[in-house]
Amino acid sequence: MFGYYIDLATRSLRRNKALTALMVLAIALGIGASMTTLTVLHVLSGDPLPGRSGTLYYPQIDPRDGQGYLPGKTEPMDQVTWIDGMNLLQAKRADRQALMTGGTVAIQPDNSTLDPFYEDARYTTADFFPMFGVPFRYGHAWNAADDEAHARVAVIDGPLNDKLFGGGDSTGRTLRLSGVAFRIVGVVGDWNPNPHFYDLNRKSYGEDEGVYVPLSTSQDVGMNHDGGMDCWGNGGGGNTPAHNAPCVWLQFWVQLDSPARAAAYRQFLVSYSEQQKALGRFQRPPNVRLRNVMQWLDYNQVVPDDVRLQTGLAFGFLLVCLVNMVGLMLAKFMRRAGELGVRRALGASKKALFAQLLVESGVVGLVGGVGGLLLALAGLWLVRRQPASYAALANIDPEMLFATFVLALGASLLAGLLPAWRACQVTPALQLKSN
Amino acid sequence: MELRPILATLRRHKVILWLLMLEIALSCAIICNGVFLVAQRLQHMDMPSGIAEHELVQIQQAPIAPPSDRYARAQEDLATLRAIPGVQAVGMSNQVPFGGASSNGNVMLSPTQPHRTLSAAEYFGENLVQTLGLRLVAGRDLRPDEYVDADVVIRELASGSGKGFPVPMIVSQALATRLWPQRNPLGRLVWLTPTASFRVVGVVRTLARANAYDTATAQYSMIIPLHMGADKDQSYLLRTRPQDRQRVLAAATAALKRADPTRVVTHARTYDRIRSDYFKDDHATAGMLVSVIVAVLLVTGLGIVGLASFWVAQRRRQIGIRRALGARRADILHYFQTENFLIVTFGIVLGMVLAYGISLFLMMRYELPRLPAGYFPVGALVLWGIGQLAVLGPALRAAAVPPVVATRSV
Repeated sequence: MFGYYIDLATRSLRRNKALTALMVLAIALGIGASMTTLTVLHVLSGDPLPGRSGTLYYPQIDPRDGQGYLPGKTEPMDQVTWIDGMNLLQAKRADRQALMTGGTVAIQPDNSTLDPFYEDARYTTADFFPMFGVPFRYGHAWNAADDEAHARVAVIDGPLNDKLFGGGDSTGRTLRLSGVAFRIVGVVGDWNPNPHFYDLNRKSYGEDEGVYVPLSTSQDVGMNHDGGMDCWGNGGGGNTPAHNAPCVWLQFWVQLDSPARAAAYRQFLVSYSEQQKALGRFQRPPNVRLRNVMQWLDYNQVVPDDVRLQTGLAFGFLLVCLVNMVGLMLAKFMRRAGELGVRRALGASKKALFAQLLVESGVVGLVGGVGGLLLALAGLWLVRRQPASYAALANIDPEMLFATFVLALGASLLAGLLPAWRACQVTPALQLKSN
Repeated sequence: MELRPILATLRRHKVILWLLMLEIALSCAIICNGVFLVAQRLQHMDMPSGIAEHELVQIQQAPIAPPSDRYARAQEDLATLRAIPGVQAVGMSNQVPFGGASSNGNVMLSPTQPHRTLSAAEYFGENLVQTLGLRLVAGRDLRPDEYVDADVVIRELASGSGKGFPVPMIVSQALATRLWPQRNPLGRLVWLTPTASFRVVGVVRTLARANAYDTATAQYSMIIPLHMGADKDQSYLLRTRPQDRQRVLAAATAALKRADPTRVVTHARTYDRIRSDYFKDDHATAGMLVSVIVAVLLVTGLGIVGLASFWVAQRRRQIGIRRALGARRADILHYFQTENFLIVTFGIVLGMVLAYGISLFLMMRYELPRLPAGYFPVGALVLWGIGQLAVLGPALRAAAVPPVVATRSV
């Protein structure tokens, strides 16, 4: 019976090509627009480290003076000072912990055909790599002993390795960074978490560092800091503050493997704040937060409002398309009252007619879905050509592909319900008589 | 045109009538809000910077290893750049309007107040008023002898001594008006830390911040006479004639490289580039909004064409009868046009309510301003236009129905 309905549907749709094309176009445009924006939203609000992000936390404390403090309202700082970062790092209360910040370093290639250039860099302690699950193409990360020894070692990423060493195994080779020789110990494989959750002071999307060096070494060499810096009291000036300056400019991440560990760590942050207040370094009462990756992204409102607005608008548009389709379907079915009357008179039940008409709207939905998918691919291609910082990430994945068809089919079946029901109400006798 | 028969007919096609009205209402709501959002973007992108945008180029450079004296290096570089033919003025700054990377200070009106009054951009650097082409509306420019090395100030701040303060500074008019409404700002003091005080010696008409996200505070700027050392965060700014910009950029880059072959020029671009980079997301969003608005209009228009065609086909008999009874073609044409006008009007009324509701939601959710009343008539006019355009074809076809149809059975 289903096959027969499909046959009837295609015949009926072919009979009035303009109307069918109109319906397919409407649904395809609606699906195309909403899938384009939904895909962008999906990509941007995705988990940067699936499977790991739940156990990664960003401790926040509040080392500022009393100025501007509103009890219960003021959020703690978004980064840590050098002193607090080092204290928390050395306390080793978490399963893993890393203190880091961003900067840019000058690279002088040995290869004389390349001019010196600046590359984004991350200065971090060793746990960064195992904690964030960074894969290595060649070699390995440095370890805590290297941090201690202020070792002149570096890890570089794939694109930089391609640029400098033609993509070969460069471990053991020398790299001149900011005028100082470093030994390459590892080359990072394909790793590019988006959003750039561990340091949101720079661009949130499409950001990646080419060079990683130990935090301790970066300070010896005087590598410059780049990113957010917030000072209070008499701090300020210069982009790379002194280590004792009242300025926050480092990010501190911890891995806590169980909720109990997280609760204990939170308590530790409170007692640390109390202890620092007793020492006179902090002046505010303990004001701490411990957010995991997704909570941290949410708190920072990383997904641009524009993208949400666009998605809302596109779904409004889809609604217009659906209402439009309901109207056209209704017109189409009503015109066939005579044919439906004949089928009823020949013994088809209302239910059978209803099923037949729904199959027809389903066919429109499927064709519209294919059209919508093509339009969404074209739309995403357009988005990728936009200059926005997140543009390059706009690609459709299998999940969204599936969602497109479910949405298209569901939407058009929904749109077919009312017209099909109305059309089933025909009185066979009346229709037969009038013809 | 008699309205009653039209209304009577519409009453007999309630479902289709409601669907059409709903579609028009939704389109109306989307178009009103969409056009408003686009207009807001365009207005935001049009934000004044206060500087001679088309006459400026920016160069940022960084040495491979820090020079022994960053301050001396900066002065040498400025002298090198000044010597380039076609350069009218040379300045140096820690930030530029709409540059993105910003430096801001907490402004207080007394050294002891517990909360800051506001945050404003701190422009540090050389010769900014002349190079940027700022318009002084009161007071004077900063004098060369008033400049201090940034490191000296940082050291004095860290030691907590108030030595060397107050330092003279220039403020933007927006900041002056906000801090001292209707009073003369010249000679007044502000504090950026409890010990660092500054005395206003001049007011410039407009100077936008580097991170001008919020229109209300986008023009709060201060210019402080600090010598900055040459480093990667400082910008050399060159003023030249618009047609000389590319040549000056190339010459300046070459001259800086000649002075120190190991340095890296990280940015060499016109100010126009900086501005368009800063507003690129707004540009993309505006483009997206416009395409959705066009698509909504297209779908709505096509929907009206489809349903009107259906109606015309369904009423062929009646049209024939009317024609046989003496109605002219124009009467039939006007009938369908009036019918469409009525339906669209009902839809617009519904759409206004919906548009207002969406606007209220957006105000709450995204802190957008309220939809101004002026956008409602815009939406209405657009939809009336689209409706009439869409119905014209089917209505003409209806008018072409010959009276003889009345006498045929099928």
